[in-house]
Amino acid sequence: MANRSTIKIRSKRFSEHTLVRTLIAHAMETGKRKDQESGDLIPAHFIQTLSFKHNDKLLSECQMGFGISKNPFFSFKIKQANAGDKITISWLDNLGFSDSKDHIIQ
Amino acid sequence: MQINRRQFIKNLLTTSVSVALLSFSKISLGKWLVSDFSHRSIDITLKELFPNKTIQNSRKIKLKLPKTAENGNVVPITISSSIDNIDTIYILSEKNPVPLIAKFTLDPNLEAYIGARFKMQESCDVIVIVKAGDDFYQTRQYVKVTIGGCGG
Repeated sequence: MANRSTIKIRSKRFSEHTLVRTLIAHAMETGKRKDQESGDLIPAHFIQTLSFKHNDKLLSECQMGFGISKNPFFSFKIKQANAGDKITISWLDNLGFSDSKDHIIQ
Repeated sequence: MQINRRQFIKNLLTTSVSVALLSFSKISLGKWLVSDFSHRSIDITLKELFPNKTIQNSRKIKLKLPKTAENGNVVPITISSSIDNIDTIYILSEKNPVPLIAKFTLDPNLEAYIGARFKMQESCDVIVIVKAGDDFYQTRQYVKVTIGGCGG
């Protein structure tokens, strides 16, 4: 399933920090949009929590509403990280779906 | 007091909705509170999120945010700050139906830096509040939105 993950992670080491960027494939429906064909409201479906771990230690937990854009993008800067360290990003949405992905810093 | 059928059904509905809401928030994740992300005005949101707190204006929070957002569905924001020991960052959009966009907890091994993309319904101030221990700081910037997000 690795290729089908909803999560993409990129990292880049700089002299003073490591920049981690993540892009998640998710509709982030507000619950107010209407289906163009049927005219029915599309139910709200959005990520509620996202956790950002570095070597299994929680560095940030993000709680969000549907105010975050479709296909959410986030970036973080870790102060101390080395090549080979593991980054884990996972999310959970309001309908109970979730995903998680590991990334190794080069 | 006698309860007629209409009243009974009304009570039943209210109770079941609140039970559903409670269990909903428990199952999904303990800390994600429905109340934080409910539809209400910015004033009430701020009052409930930061009860009895003084939020100082600060120039030490830097926002990288467009002055004009052509598409309200995708507004990029980058927050950085030179304030020490920041543990939480809040992003709010004044006129969104749900003003609280997101809140981030920050570990000391993270720089005071967050990048994200969010939706804006209409032109208004974007407010960023940071919490450092018991102190709260804020900064705001007006963003003009050409095409509104949140529905459209």
